[in-house]
Amino acid sequence: MLNYLARRLVLAVITIWAITVVTFIILQLPPGDFVDAYVAQASAVGTAISAAEADALRHAYGLDQPLIIQYFKWLSHILQGDFGQSFEYGRPVTEVIGDRLWLTVVLSLGAIMVTWGLALPIGIYSAVRQYSIGDYIFTFIGFIGLALPNFLLALIVMYLGLRLFNVSVGGLFSSSFALAPWSWAKLWDLMEHLPVPMLILAMAGTAQLVRIMRANLLDELRRPYVVTARARGLPERRVIMKYPVRAALNPFASTVGYLLPFTVSGSVIISVVLSLPTVGPILLHSLISQDELLSSTIILMLGVLTVLGTLLSDLLLMWIDPRIRMGALK
Amino acid sequence: MSVTTAENRVAVATQRQLIWWRFKKHKLALISGIIVILFYVTSIFADTIAYTEPFDTQAARSYIPPQPIHWFDANGHFHPTVSALKGKRDPRTFKLSYAPDASEPRDVTLFAHGYEYNLFGLIPTDIHLLGVTDGKPQDALFLLGTDQLGRDVFSRLMVATRTSLSIGLIGVIMSLVLGVLIGGLSGLYGGWVDVVIQRIIEILRSIPTIPLWLGLAAAVPNSWSPQQVYFAITLIISLIGWTELARVVRGRFLALREEDFITAAVLCGASQMRIIFKHMVPSFLSHIIAAVSLALPAMIISETTLSFLGLGLRPPAISWGVLLQDAQNLQTLALAPWLLVVAIPVIVVILAFNFLGDGLRDAADPYG
Repeated sequence: MLNYLARRLVLAVITIWAITVVTFIILQLPPGDFVDAYVAQASAVGTAISAAEADALRHAYGLDQPLIIQYFKWLSHILQGDFGQSFEYGRPVTEVIGDRLWLTVVLSLGAIMVTWGLALPIGIYSAVRQYSIGDYIFTFIGFIGLALPNFLLALIVMYLGLRLFNVSVGGLFSSSFALAPWSWAKLWDLMEHLPVPMLILAMAGTAQLVRIMRANLLDELRRPYVVTARARGLPERRVIMKYPVRAALNPFASTVGYLLPFTVSGSVIISVVLSLPTVGPILLHSLISQDELLSSTIILMLGVLTVLGTLLSDLLLMWIDPRIRMGALK
Repeated sequence: MSVTTAENRVAVATQRQLIWWRFKKHKLALISGIIVILFYVTSIFADTIAYTEPFDTQAARSYIPPQPIHWFDANGHFHPTVSALKGKRDPRTFKLSYAPDASEPRDVTLFAHGYEYNLFGLIPTDIHLLGVTDGKPQDALFLLGTDQLGRDVFSRLMVATRTSLSIGLIGVIMSLVLGVLIGGLSGLYGGWVDVVIQRIIEILRSIPTIPLWLGLAAAVPNSWSPQQVYFAITLIISLIGWTELARVVRGRFLALREEDFITAAVLCGASQMRIIFKHMVPSFLSHIIAAVSLALPAMIISETTLSFLGLGLRPPAISWGVLLQDAQNLQTLALAPWLLVVAIPVIVVILAFNFLGDGLRDAADPYG
């Protein structure tokens, strides 16, 4: 068990380090740096910036040093909790990100809860009532969920919302609360806005999980022990819930490691479409305007949070599944 | 008697025949296979099926709703025509609205002359599948309406299909090369090579990938030509699929290594290359084909998503994602809902690839 724990921890640390390196490399890739973009922007509005001024700016931001030094400088600042200034907004990066990171976390975790909450009962139903009308309906919806890229689903929901109900489903707050400080009323407003994006985000994951759950449970239901349980007169509900469902649940927990990154990725995209105040839209914007410190911080934070979330889910899995706890499963 | 002939038939059938028989049983996969082929035929003949030059803009044709073809004339005879359109601007709202002018019907003809293009990129021609008699389909034929700049959505959709499907195909081939190479190394050598590669794959799979790809895609310089952007984006999305393909290849290598016929080949003194290409590859080729057709939809979704966000292919390139970008905001959707029609081929082709992949995966191991 300790072995398993240590292995997971080491892997998480390596992963986070890999994320910092990859993030840094990606952000160095675009030709030119922020100062170039800044100069171009300034000249577009008619303010000329001389080459000397540009070099001074570069020096001030440390852009004139070798990459490896820039990387370690960047890393040491981050380890001290200093993420730097957003070039574009002229404010600390953490301030620009603000509540958005937590709204991303809330949205993603909520979507995962919805995924589980829907996939479990639907999966059981589809397996137990295989080839029933309900099974076909859920299978059909599942395939659509699998085939629809989530930004398209968001677009279609937005269109239908406007057409059929004349409501705009974008955003996470009503306009009166968007800039207001946190209060109970604002929290309630958030709760009212969350379900639609959460459902959209959960759709693809749910479809996948239902398929896995259905296939696993169907395998288990054919096992002799189920026949034995039935033959001995156990009530049907108990026959199904007590053993086969628990056995079929295992891959459920183990897929969370992929479900979490998948959901966080999806949240970035649907946030752009539905203009949700998560990190998605500002990530996109900062990438386009080459606001490197802002975009790198967002990518880094999303990556690290995902890795931590996966680590937590591993611990949870260890706690639930005695086979891992006892070290039978590597 | 008939049972024994059937058994004999199975006993002497080649592996290819067995796979085909098994695959044929999966009706949905068979139909999906046909749909996929149709899509690729469409993309080969995209310019022929299109009838209006996809880049041809005209302000006077902005946001024309889809116009139907009238299949029968007044006497009930089969005589497909379209009406010319009269645009009228509302004097108060300045909104342009179009009304068909039934007095001026134009005949719809097959294999008509239209704009010039190169068939297969080689043969210059101007024959199009559909056209109207006066040779000006851009003023009369609007099967799926027009966009803001007055470009014909149907014709653009055909060209977009070619771009998006070919990106998916090239992307999947690139990730297949990566996957076979890395997964093969991992499965063949085992030991620490395997451990390191497996850990790397695990790390890659635990990172939320979209932000990283966005970062990579944003790094593609604005000054690049559409062709360069096309290859850069293809390369980026091929970085998505290889981990899964590598996993499949490695799994097959590990399973096959233990098989008796491989041991026999080793004992007979066959070289490693011969064992891999003569004995191993044929027996897992079908698995790879199945994995590829399951990986393709992910490629197509990635390209569409990146282009939709404005970080993938950029206009003037035309792809599904670029077309959907036009339908991005609510105002446009309310004004021109037909722009969303692009979603239909996206969904159909992704579903078809999924079903096809499922069927191929079941058929890949016909002895089970």
